[in-house]
Amino acid sequence: MNVLSCRALRKVFRGNVVLHDLDLEVAEHEVVVLIGASGSGKSTLLRCVNLLETVDDGTIHLDGEHITSPGVNPDRVRQRIGMVFQAFNLFPHLTVLDNVTLAPRRVHRQPRRDAEAAAMRLLDRVGLADKAREYPDRLSGGQQQRVAIVRALANSPRLILLDEVTSALDPELVGEVLSLIRELRADGTTMLIATHEMSFAREVADRVCFLDQGRILEQGTPQQVLGAPQQPRTQQFLERIIAAGRLP
Amino acid sequence: MTTAYQPSQLQQERIAYRRRQTVLSAVVAAASTAVIGVLAAVAITGAPGWARVRRSFLDPAIALDALPDILHGLWLNVQLLFFCAIGALLVGLAIALLRTLRAPVFFPLRALAALYTYLLRGAPLLIVLYLLTFGVPGLRLKGTPPLLVLGGLALVIVYAAYLAEVFRAGIESVHPSQRAAARSLGLTYRQTMRHVVLPQAIRRVTPPMLNDLVALQKDVGLISLAGPIDAIRAAQIQTAETYNYTPYVVAGVLFVLLAIPLIAVTDWVTLRSARRQSAEAAL
Ligand SMILES: Nc1ncnc2c1ncn2[C@@H]1O[C@H](COP(=O)(O)OP(=O)(O)OP(=O)(O)O)[C@@H](O)[C@H]1O
Ligand SMILES: [Mg+2]
Repeated sequence: MNVLSCRALRKVFRGNVVLHDLDLEVAEHEVVVLIGASGSGKSTLLRCVNLLETVDDGTIHLDGEHITSPGVNPDRVRQRIGMVFQAFNLFPHLTVLDNVTLAPRRVHRQPRRDAEAAAMRLLDRVGLADKAREYPDRLSGGQQQRVAIVRALANSPRLILLDEVTSALDPELVGEVLSLIRELRADGTTMLIATHEMSFAREVADRVCFLDQGRILEQGTPQQVLGAPQQPRTQQFLERIIAAGRLP
Repeated sequence: MTTAYQPSQLQQERIAYRRRQTVLSAVVAAASTAVIGVLAAVAITGAPGWARVRRSFLDPAIALDALPDILHGLWLNVQLLFFCAIGALLVGLAIALLRTLRAPVFFPLRALAALYTYLLRGAPLLIVLYLLTFGVPGLRLKGTPPLLVLGGLALVIVYAAYLAEVFRAGIESVHPSQRAAARSLGLTYRQTMRHVVLPQAIRRVTPPMLNDLVALQKDVGLISLAGPIDAIRAAQIQTAETYNYTPYVVAGVLFVLLAIPLIAVTDWVTLRSARRQSAEAAL
């Protein structure tokens, strides 16, 4: 069974149709990468999946459960989905450790000691155990984004949504975040990723989806979509990216 | 082994120059303060009515005489300030939270909370005080609380209206992405408020909040108009007995002394938060 299944999704912002009749499946352990021009609806799709936006038509199923049906408690759904944002969105008034343990302690009611032990194991894995007592503003951008990923992982989610997690980073810090995502992939984490990093998409994706004006215009393996795109608009998009030097 | 750092010739000259400049500024500041102080003293003590003013406002014997009663009254002001501050902070926070609720079921509460802040920020404190301390007992209801409680209530409901707006500004200043991040972790609306939004909001509005408490600390003296014998009322009684205004000056000085610690804390917190914000902006 698919972890995520979106059917005929539609999202409208004040008359502006941002998602059009969109279908998307993500299987267990699969990594799906969304590419597309700015404004094509990548972030909106991720926010709809996490129920941060309400859909205007269509359905979303998580592990077979219909999560866009009226009676569903969105808080319960979000506990099973991790989301990482472009701007990290760490809580500035909490230490790194408290950022990571907030949800396990308040949402999953884990005792502090257990939550902190689990958080320290995760932080240790990403090489940030020595920063556990620091506040986020004392960390580099790459370190903050790794903490944000750990914070999402601490809920043991079924699915992780990553929204352009490297675009706010200086180029020399991108690598450390991408290698963490590579590791997650090796562990079999199911991920839906929006990104502008084509070389990363090629490397990490099981499937690449090209979004254009709120539709998935083309999808397939990275070799197919990035190497031999069929649709003229996909070709145009990739040509522009190559011209901008972002696809080596 | 590394050799100890020795400032260069140029750096030593710079340090010496800065030291000379510092000494010079201190001397200039002291001299100008002294000149202005002497001028002011000469102007006041040289005024034609000075002798009379000194007798009726600054009589040491009367001051000493009045001090015990005024201090006794001041203790009432201190207690009142303590309870009113806590009450106003709690009510203000509750009103601010009601005003941020968005669900339609809460419409009546939200509307009432908005009405409350409009009415009570507009109403003069004195009138609210009179209505509660003279109007409510006039109803002759059983179980009417004592005047002191009614007067304290007037202070609480007026200051809660101001503080509610301070808190609301703080809550709204927390960026929506912080809520999105909290909700994406599965935190409920209440958990998000309690653990993510309010801690950041309150930190940001601590300076204006403390300013309101400084104002409250002065207005606590208005309770004397309703009858309870606080510091100002005690001074008034003494003044009526001696036909001399010195007790008022004593009460005024005591109020200022009482306020200084709170004002100092307010300034310190304001300075610190301004520094923190400019550090954030520099990032
Ligand atoms: N809250 C909102 N209100 C109104 N319009 C919105 C809102 N959020 C997004 N939009 C619009 O929806 C469209 C898609 O935005 P979205 O952020 O999903 O694009 P994106 O593919 O993530 O772009 P980018 O690559 O720049 O992040 C844009 O035209 C945007 O202006
Ligand atoms: Mg986006």
